[in-house]
Amino acid sequence: MKIPPGVSSKDFSDALTQFEEAVGKEWVFTSDEDVALYRDAYSPFWGEPDELVASAAVAPDGVEQVQKVVKIANSYKIPIYPVSTGKNLGYGGSAPVLSGSVVLDLKRMNRILEVNEKNAYALVEPGVSYFDLYRYIQEKGLKLWIDVPDPGWGSPIGNSLDRGGGYLMAQYRNHFDSHCGMEVVLANGEILRTGMGAMPGAKTWQQYKTGFGPWVDGVFSQSNFGVVTKMGLWLMPEPDAYLSGTVYVPRHGDLIPLVEIMTNLENTRVTNGMPDLGSPLLSIPMIAEIDKWNRGEGPPPPDAELSALLAKSEGGGSPELEEYALKKGISYWSCKLSFYGAEKANAANWEFAKEKFSAIPGAKFEENESYKLPLTSEQREKVHKPQFGIPSLSMFSIGARSPVNPQPTSGHMWFSPIIPRTGEAIFEANRVFAAAAKEFGLPVLSFSLPSCYWERAFIFIFAFPVTRDVETNKKNRAAFKQVVQRAAEHGWGEYRTAPAYQDTIMGTYSYNNHALLRFHETLKDAVDPNGILSAGRYGIWPKHLRKARG
Amino acid sequence: MKNIGILLALALALALAAAFAALAVAAQEQRITSSWTVATVSGQGQPRGYVEYQKYCSACHGEGVGRPGTLALQAKYKGAEPALLEKRTDLTPELVKTFVRNGVSIMPFFRKTEISDTDLDAIAAYLTRNNKR
Repeated sequence: MKIPPGVSSKDFSDALTQFEEAVGKEWVFTSDEDVALYRDAYSPFWGEPDELVASAAVAPDGVEQVQKVVKIANSYKIPIYPVSTGKNLGYGGSAPVLSGSVVLDLKRMNRILEVNEKNAYALVEPGVSYFDLYRYIQEKGLKLWIDVPDPGWGSPIGNSLDRGGGYLMAQYRNHFDSHCGMEVVLANGEILRTGMGAMPGAKTWQQYKTGFGPWVDGVFSQSNFGVVTKMGLWLMPEPDAYLSGTVYVPRHGDLIPLVEIMTNLENTRVTNGMPDLGSPLLSIPMIAEIDKWNRGEGPPPPDAELSALLAKSEGGGSPELEEYALKKGISYWSCKLSFYGAEKANAANWEFAKEKFSAIPGAKFEENESYKLPLTSEQREKVHKPQFGIPSLSMFSIGARSPVNPQPTSGHMWFSPIIPRTGEAIFEANRVFAAAAKEFGLPVLSFSLPSCYWERAFIFIFAFPVTRDVETNKKNRAAFKQVVQRAAEHGWGEYRTAPAYQDTIMGTYSYNNHALLRFHETLKDAVDPNGILSAGRYGIWPKHLRKARG
Repeated sequence: MKNIGILLALALALALAAAFAALAVAAQEQRITSSWTVATVSGQGQPRGYVEYQKYCSACHGEGVGRPGTLALQAKYKGAEPALLEKRTDLTPELVKTFVRNGVSIMPFFRKTEISDTDLDAIAAYLTRNNKR
């Protein structure tokens, strides 16, 4: 059995006995076989001595048990690492950042405490998954939608705390932004409630976010200052209808006005679902099409002439490529817009959007889906489910074996920088990352489009494959860190990352001699002086480990 | 008396209305049996392990579009074996458990707080129910 760093085997053994008393013997996992299930299935260190692994796992079934476990850990100075459902694959899974930590597995805490239809919110525990909450809402017949990530088997609390996103209206799409109120167990075992929850008997804990005084919720996301045991989530009232339409534009440079108009339309609430860019010419599917393409139902592969032109073009463009597109009548870019709302209003908004996009010469339009909601069971099988608030695992077709991917990987890690929401930024990011890929020996994609859209920024997401080959993983890890630095040189920072890169990326947020990280460390020392909670998460190390980390 | 009767009826109606309003407004605390399904699965008339298989496996390995596990096995076996695990007759309980606890390709392994040993026994029994004895 692995022993947590800096802990004597006697103390560890005593603590494990006390953990068993707190949660029940069957919920303390210490055998090698059981503890191995807490490895990160997509670890880029798989099988290497540096792989991040747990020493044990403890699975409490309620906030009182969490308090007991945290108090025991604090008294023995045992590092613990809370996970909600542990499905954060590509960003670390259920493995701790500090090897040898005890994983605090919150999966058993799976109570849906309240769902309020009139005010459209829920209050849940960390072990509840998006599927669980969806099923509950459906079975109660409530007219509420959840903004789900893709894939959606994780925890609304975990995903919000890691600042993940989904597809629906902007005010729900950013999952941390759409939370409302938390309950947190601090390192000394004390319970804190944020926002209105700080007032005993508050009537609006899940309805008004900020309460009174400093709003501290942010410090519990992507951090290690407490164990979140309850969280409020704002849900989207089910709209009357859904409409989608796609804009096609013919020229390379059209991406700039396409993004500008799309952004203006979303931020003036003409369109309100997540927009979705693609390129018919460059064979880049829109997100909603990925599943279909992976089934082998995408467009035919490029002909010989187009393949030759693509190979010669840099950054997805050349005069010859544009000429080919115009000659063949293939659109360069596409953008699908989603409208949630009253049926008549959706139609009017789509008409208005078409007027605006008509400023781009040669723009063409196609109306795609028009549904009165709720969807029928037949319609549900046809749509990209997360765009209708329905959790799905179909996105795992990326990377899995499929007709278009005969050689699956063993996982992936996401390099996900934030760039400005402009066409110019997309072009620049492609130029920079294509050059970086060439320099660092990575496969060069012809062109990439953003995967997630916040109101004023894009997330560019690139998958780095994880294999079971140590040398390949070593090479990819080194390249990942180099790409992070290259992005930072251009002013692009990652929004989220796996433990392997959290120090590196936190290091790029270095304004004024790392003033932000130093502030995090000041907080850490104050609220968790023994440094027991998630040591190292998002680059925040407790004092006793800080020096060794440099 | 008549007035009192009306008042009582009114009070009862108001109380009932309030009760219905409360039902409509808030659904209260419920302990969830976690699973990756969009609807609760009934096991009535189904073999052992059917419910557990639907709960934990079918979102990837079920029938229909958007099931990456089924898609992967289709691409792997190209019809030589059924892409649907439920139709296989050559799996052993040990093999099923090995995949669930060790993963394969991008399918991760599952912890015991997600799929217990008891549930896994049931899944293994379900996927081997059609094997020739």
